[in-house]
Amino acid sequence: MIDTLCAQETPEGVELEFSPAGPAPRALAWIVDAAIRFIVYLALASALHGLGQLGTGVLLVGLFLLEWFYPVGFEVLGRGQTPGKRLLGLRVLRADGAPVGWSRSTVRSLLAFADFLPFGFAAGLTAMLLGRRCQRLGDRAAGTVVVHVEPAPAAPRPAPGAVESLAPPFPLTLPEQRAIMGFSERAPGLTLERARELADLLEPVTGASGDEGVARLHAMARNLRGLG
Amino acid sequence: MKQERFEQAHREEWAAFEAMVAGGDQVHPGADRLPQAYRRVCQHLALARDRCYTAGLVQRLNRLVMAGHQTLYGSALGLAPQWGRFLAGGLARSVRALYRPVLLAAMLVAVPFAALPPAIARAPQLAYLFEDPQDLARMDTMYRPGAGHFGRAGQAQTDVAMFGFYIWNNVRISFQAFAGGIFLGLGSVFFLLYNGVHGGAVAGYLTHAGLGRQFWPFVATHSALELPALVLTGAAGLHLGWALLAPGRRSRARALVEAAREGMPLVYGAALMDGLAALIEAFWSSSALVPVALKLTAAALLWTAMASYFLLAGRRRA
Repeated sequence: MIDTLCAQETPEGVELEFSPAGPAPRALAWIVDAAIRFIVYLALASALHGLGQLGTGVLLVGLFLLEWFYPVGFEVLGRGQTPGKRLLGLRVLRADGAPVGWSRSTVRSLLAFADFLPFGFAAGLTAMLLGRRCQRLGDRAAGTVVVHVEPAPAAPRPAPGAVESLAPPFPLTLPEQRAIMGFSERAPGLTLERARELADLLEPVTGASGDEGVARLHAMARNLRGLG
Repeated sequence: MKQERFEQAHREEWAAFEAMVAGGDQVHPGADRLPQAYRRVCQHLALARDRCYTAGLVQRLNRLVMAGHQTLYGSALGLAPQWGRFLAGGLARSVRALYRPVLLAAMLVAVPFAALPPAIARAPQLAYLFEDPQDLARMDTMYRPGAGHFGRAGQAQTDVAMFGFYIWNNVRISFQAFAGGIFLGLGSVFFLLYNGVHGGAVAGYLTHAGLGRQFWPFVATHSALELPALVLTGAAGLHLGWALLAPGRRSRARALVEAAREGMPLVYGAALMDGLAALIEAFWSSSALVPVALKLTAAALLWTAMASYFLLAGRRRA
């Protein structure tokens, strides 16, 4: 199967699956964060303007903290998400799936300087494209990944339309059963034409084509799930 | 077991578990039941995969396990006790454990810094090889005798403003010396050499120009923190680079992660030292009110304290 899913085995013996985020959403998240930093800097600058030299000193310390520790603070205290990452649905995790701590987050942040070289995050982009898990240099040194946050789980949907249940004409293997149940689960997201087209592939099983085939597949899915 | 019965049987358990892990890695009142509940959900996920239940259910369980994993393995220790142990000797131990990159980094800074002043004393034009003439002319005014503050371009800048500048500039240099190490250590070598050469050229130029009486007392105190800070971050960077060059029996990816972890104490220590150095540089070193003898005494004390800390601290119960 060609996809970007990565699996990590946990101490409990199950495999956690997560999907690393590619360069585009991460760049967008970075731009959002950069804009926020810039606005904070402007606000700070105008607030401290009246204080003269004292303000300059405080402003430079603030600039230093914004530059290096803005991501660290948010990633550790904000469950792996800076505001930009939250907006884009991204999250920083340790490569083993645990949340990032201060040390790893700091490594990421400091090495962002190296990722930026020679210009415009070229080194980081190259590193991301060369690995399976889309890690920039900072991620590699810190042992972290940036992943897509799973969307909230869809409420379990009853198979639409069909209410009767139909046993398959002959025993199906487990993967075959899963394919039929999966079809039924995803049908609300498919166009009618596409659903018909998929159902037609299974004409040998359903013994019907077109809308009748779709209805029979739903009925079989209900049977396989154990509904009625 | 059919999927529907499986879901019916565990629906309430999953809802309860979801509520338990909703707070991320925050500790939840019912936390003592979490590990057991988590292992059960892990088992459900494994069963759901094995029994070929639908992708929707597997994803939902994967999400629950992910959240549980975060909650269970994410609880961090408080920072305060760690910092106490760290300063009491952990930092010195980490530095001694990495003595090879630390010594190399120290050489990279110290050799040009020590070699350039005598060379410039013999051939003054050498200074212009490394430094911009305009910058050197500015140095003349910064350290001229009778200035209210040393080390500053004009009277306009107050102590606080300069403190901010030192923090922003010096800590950044240290951090860069670390980050550059990811390029096989070459970045660290560059930043270490660059700062050694720059410092040596300026020191040589000012000494030759007869301004040494202002310059050396100015730098003596805070450099006891600033130079070691640069050396430590540079050493952490060199350690990163070495892990990539010669990972030994580990994979390069693993060696890199371990090297970063081993180097981080040095970076933390260096950031702290840079902060202190900025305080000293802004409020003490630059002051023309403090007598030179007092400055030099303080400098000698600080250098001795730094050396004995890194050599001796944390030896017991190591």
